[in-house]
Amino acid sequence: MSESAQIAAFENVPGAGDVRIHAVDKTYPGRSGSVTALKDVNVSVKGGEFVSILGPSGCGKSTLLRCVAGLDHPSQGSITLGGQPIDAPPLDMGFVFQRDVLLDWLNVINNVLLPCKLKKLPIHQWKPKALALLKLIGLAGFEHRRPWELSGGMRQRVAICRALLLNPTLLLMDEPFGALDAMTRDELNLELQDVWLSNAKTVLFVTHSISEAVFLADRVLVMSRSPGRIVDVIPVDLPRPRTLSVRETPAFTKYVAHIRQLFESFGILRGTNVR
Amino acid sequence: MYDNSTMETGKRTLSVLLVLVAFLAFWQLAVMLLRPPEYLLPSPVAVAKELGTAPEWYLSHAVRTIGATLLGFAAALGLGFIAAVGIVYSRILENTLYTLLVALNSIPKIALAPLFIIWMGTGLTSKVAVSFTIAVFAIVVDTVLGLRSIDPDALDLFKSVRATPLQILIRLRFPNSLPYLFAGMKVAISLALVGAIAGEFVASQAGLGYVILAAQGSFQTTRVFAAIVLLGVLGTILFFIVEVLEWVVCPWHVSHRERS
Ligand SMILES: Nc1ncnc2c1ncn2[C@@H]1O[C@H](COP(=O)(O)OP(=O)(O)O)[C@@H](O)[C@H]1O
Ligand SMILES: [Mg+2]
Repeated sequence: MSESAQIAAFENVPGAGDVRIHAVDKTYPGRSGSVTALKDVNVSVKGGEFVSILGPSGCGKSTLLRCVAGLDHPSQGSITLGGQPIDAPPLDMGFVFQRDVLLDWLNVINNVLLPCKLKKLPIHQWKPKALALLKLIGLAGFEHRRPWELSGGMRQRVAICRALLLNPTLLLMDEPFGALDAMTRDELNLELQDVWLSNAKTVLFVTHSISEAVFLADRVLVMSRSPGRIVDVIPVDLPRPRTLSVRETPAFTKYVAHIRQLFESFGILRGTNVR
Repeated sequence: MYDNSTMETGKRTLSVLLVLVAFLAFWQLAVMLLRPPEYLLPSPVAVAKELGTAPEWYLSHAVRTIGATLLGFAAALGLGFIAAVGIVYSRILENTLYTLLVALNSIPKIALAPLFIIWMGTGLTSKVAVSFTIAVFAIVVDTVLGLRSIDPDALDLFKSVRATPLQILIRLRFPNSLPYLFAGMKVAISLALVGAIAGEFVASQAGLGYVILAAQGSFQTTRVFAAIVLLGVLGTILFFIVEVLEWVVCPWHVSHRERS
């Protein structure tokens, strides 16, 4: 076998964090006929890649993410993680929801340790990791606070720590910053980038903000609705680590303008649906 | 935040006390001016004196009533909670037990008191049974609601780490239902007291309900009032204990409520 053939064969072997979404359809049965949430979705994500999934509300972003998470199943097609078909939630996956879903009856540290507790792993072994994550994301000293004493941004930071606790190879985030004010959102975008740069894992990040999608991602998947499908995949070639000021550079605004035009051409964006 | 809410609670308690004192003063004054016969309306001072003449006697009867109330309440809490879990997890129980409970709830449960006396005699057991019957519905209904009202995202969170159904019950559904359970408990504790008194009214040799009925038979109205005052104090204390427990067990809920 020649060297190039060897490399090609090697590249065909899926790496640990690779996500392959192949010809996925998803229809929900409904009273007034069935709803097609996803139609022929094909995506291949390399391990360690940060991919934003961008689209107007109702285009199937959450459905796609839930299928990758093994919380729901495609009607057609297949999804694999590291070459293994996903038929139950993968063990090395973390999920961050739009609402932080912190448990009110647990303090911050126990909320972060929840996955460890549910998987019956030794708490004392994971507690240092939990504390380190909280520190990394700016919540040192808040371990014993209760969720209702925290601001929305702090709560979502705790939820991110919880998802990162068991060091997942795959991190799924469904509009995690959608409910936060613009400034907190900027802060969390930077912190998420730091976390990802310090320990590259595959991230699928759902958002309906064009600039957030571009700012964070290596690639942006642009989705359209009725039926939900991927209309374009845009590689973002901006140096990292990115600072907030990157958003004022011509390169960045070009990406944003390009995507906005794309949405306009699909009749989605007439000013309000997608920011 | 804590200081504020404590101050609010303090203010509210103070205003309730003020209104109560004003009411008693008005009553005392009215009795002193209008001089109704004592068997119609005794003055608050007379009622207080009556309580002072035989405190141990009143206490022993109060203890009987408290015993029946707490036993009935505890049974309602325990069995009601177990029934609620069964109803939430089993279609069959939902269609039989829950449907039956809802249907039977339209019967005024006090009407069942004479039956319990026939079945269980005039002792403590029949009082506990009436107390239980009248209190259990509130527990079951509120607990079922609490176990069911789970944030779908929280359920997904648990499933995303492959939590078992038992873990979902113990670590999610149960703690989530606590605020609902306490709402049910607050209704149930008052109803349990009503049930105990109702049982004592029908047939008994002891308890504040017995005191009221016996005193009424001999027109000792002051004694009736003394027992009623004790019942009022008792009801308030029992309710307050449940409130304090709620504060200790689910502070997040208390804090949400105070904010809104
Ligand atoms: N469980 C479900 N049952 C029926 N229809 C659903 C369900 N979940 C989502 N849908 C439908 O699928 C479409 C895509 O929904 P979703 O994935 O939540 O969109 P997005 O997250 O992009 O806003 C919508 O039309 C929605 O109504
Ligand atoms: Mg969504």
